[in-house]
Amino acid sequence: MPKEKKLCLSGKGLTKVFGLGRQKTVAVDHVDFDFYEGEIVSIVGESGSGKTTLAKMLLGLISTTEGEIYFQGAKRDISSQRKKQEYWKDIQAIFQDPFSSYNIFNKIDAVLLDCINMRGGRNLPYAKKVEMMTEACGFVNLKFEELTNKYPFELSGGQMQRLMIARIFLLKPKILLADEPTSMIDACSRATILDYLIQLRDEIGMTLIFITHDIGLAYYVSDSVYIMEHGKIVERGTADEVILHPKETYTQRLINDVPKIYEEWDLSTVTFSNK
Amino acid sequence: MGKVILEVRELTTKYITRFREDVYAVDHVSLKVEEGKSLGIAGESGCGKSTLALSLMGYYFPPLHYMSGDIIIDGKNISGMKPDDIRKSVLGTEIAYIPQAAMNALNPTQKVINFIEDVIRAHDNTASNKYIYEMARVSFEKLGLPADVLQKYPVELSGGMKQRTVIAISAILSPKVLIADEPSSALDVTSQKMVIKMLRNLMEDGIIKSMIFITHELPLLYNVTDDIMVMYAGQIVEKGSAKETVFDPLHPYAKGLMGSIIVPEEGLRNVKLTAIPGVPPNLKKPPSGCRFAERCKFVMPQCRAISVGIREVENGREYRCIIPEDQLREAYKNA
Repeated sequence: MPKEKKLCLSGKGLTKVFGLGRQKTVAVDHVDFDFYEGEIVSIVGESGSGKTTLAKMLLGLISTTEGEIYFQGAKRDISSQRKKQEYWKDIQAIFQDPFSSYNIFNKIDAVLLDCINMRGGRNLPYAKKVEMMTEACGFVNLKFEELTNKYPFELSGGQMQRLMIARIFLLKPKILLADEPTSMIDACSRATILDYLIQLRDEIGMTLIFITHDIGLAYYVSDSVYIMEHGKIVERGTADEVILHPKETYTQRLINDVPKIYEEWDLSTVTFSNK
Repeated sequence: MGKVILEVRELTTKYITRFREDVYAVDHVSLKVEEGKSLGIAGESGCGKSTLALSLMGYYFPPLHYMSGDIIIDGKNISGMKPDDIRKSVLGTEIAYIPQAAMNALNPTQKVINFIEDVIRAHDNTASNKYIYEMARVSFEKLGLPADVLQKYPVELSGGMKQRTVIAISAILSPKVLIADEPSSALDVTSQKMVIKMLRNLMEDGIIKSMIFITHELPLLYNVTDDIMVMYAGQIVEKGSAKETVFDPLHPYAKGLMGSIIVPEEGLRNVKLTAIPGVPPNLKKPPSGCRFAERCKFVMPQCRAISVGIREVENGREYRCIIPEDQLREAYKNA
């Protein structure tokens, strides 16, 4: 990590309201955050806490109702399509379901070539492009020769998620947002995916934002953790502070409910809530 | 040693695909569950966990077919019985099975009480509505579910409540064995804890006598079950008490699996996770030797040549590897 932490992405009073009048739902409620360069951050919350809505706002996929997002010190401007595309060169995402993340009509080569073109490699000779694609596939332990001329559905879930990381390797974004990247994958392939993501962070120095409900995962990978409840951030701090010594009752309850292997998992205090 | 409630001997079942290919998803599996005990089944996706659970019911429908082996529940062999007899006298009373995502398969046009009527009428055609309602109310209240759930439609219940309702319905005829396949994987941690507490209550109150719990979440399995069985490519590769299997796994596959556990506890941050390279073998043409040989770090030429049997060690532990246990432990220490 760099000695002096530089702000990469920050938000002030970020709010998203869906619906109007009586149907109004506040999905994200005045959220402030500061993500630094080269940091791994986790946003943790239960289902319905608004973490995915926050992620979509960060990516610029949905508009914000209130509040500002600052990207590298300046106010983020995505008012036109061209500016949005500029912004997306710097922020990329990996989603939960690798099966629905690809265009099923495009071959794997097209997926990777697109990334090279986007990074300004449009006029490179083809041999150079192949070299770059092979390098990217090699990074995630895939063989480019075996993938070329294949369609995404011919790959397994783990392979697709690894190919997603190969894409990020070519794009070299400043921020990578991973929305539940391992929840559809087995425990043993999960370790591999996490390893690649952390390696990638070390290699290109990007900020890695994990959106997850898995507290074990958040503790394992992140430098700092944000806990969300009902659209609000209830607790933030370093992973050790938040997960091992939580201050808020909500966080304490959440962490207490996770099954552990060294500490006893106390079932005697469980009360059946009948909501 | 307690009374054995469920005993399975060399059970083999297969799937027949539409191209007439045989897939042996459960291959010579033997296990025993004692009264008041629970058995956990672990393994990666596609290793045969759910097929084993389905096969244990003794009720087979295509593409799943029974091949050989015995299933003995409380002294009664159910493996050769006719499907109709199984439905009438085994399912629900002897063995109950909660499939994966059962809570999402509830008929949205029926009230909860209707599901219970269906279950009870399948065994006792003469039961009156009033008797069924009274029986359901008592058993729901015992399990911490309010009686008004009975008059609700599935859509009116939250995910956690739905799952608990499904479990309560499965246990309504006090089955001797309850098989729960991933009962908590779609729930958040708080609801998950309630579901586990409920299963624990069912055991403690003697409503069910034993339980088989299937999940791929190892920390949860460790906390819920007494014994853990690890499956790989349709075979058992390791079996033992939960504590020994998690902290001192013998089989290289089990070792890899336990090395991938992530829990939020002090000192476990930035610990190197082990990953198992490669993919499981295709069960249409399983390798003749050890099925894990292709992905194993300690593979030797004879692994691929001879079929490897189960090896029994102290405390009733079993594992399927040709390397003796002390050599395995030594190898793990040096790795």
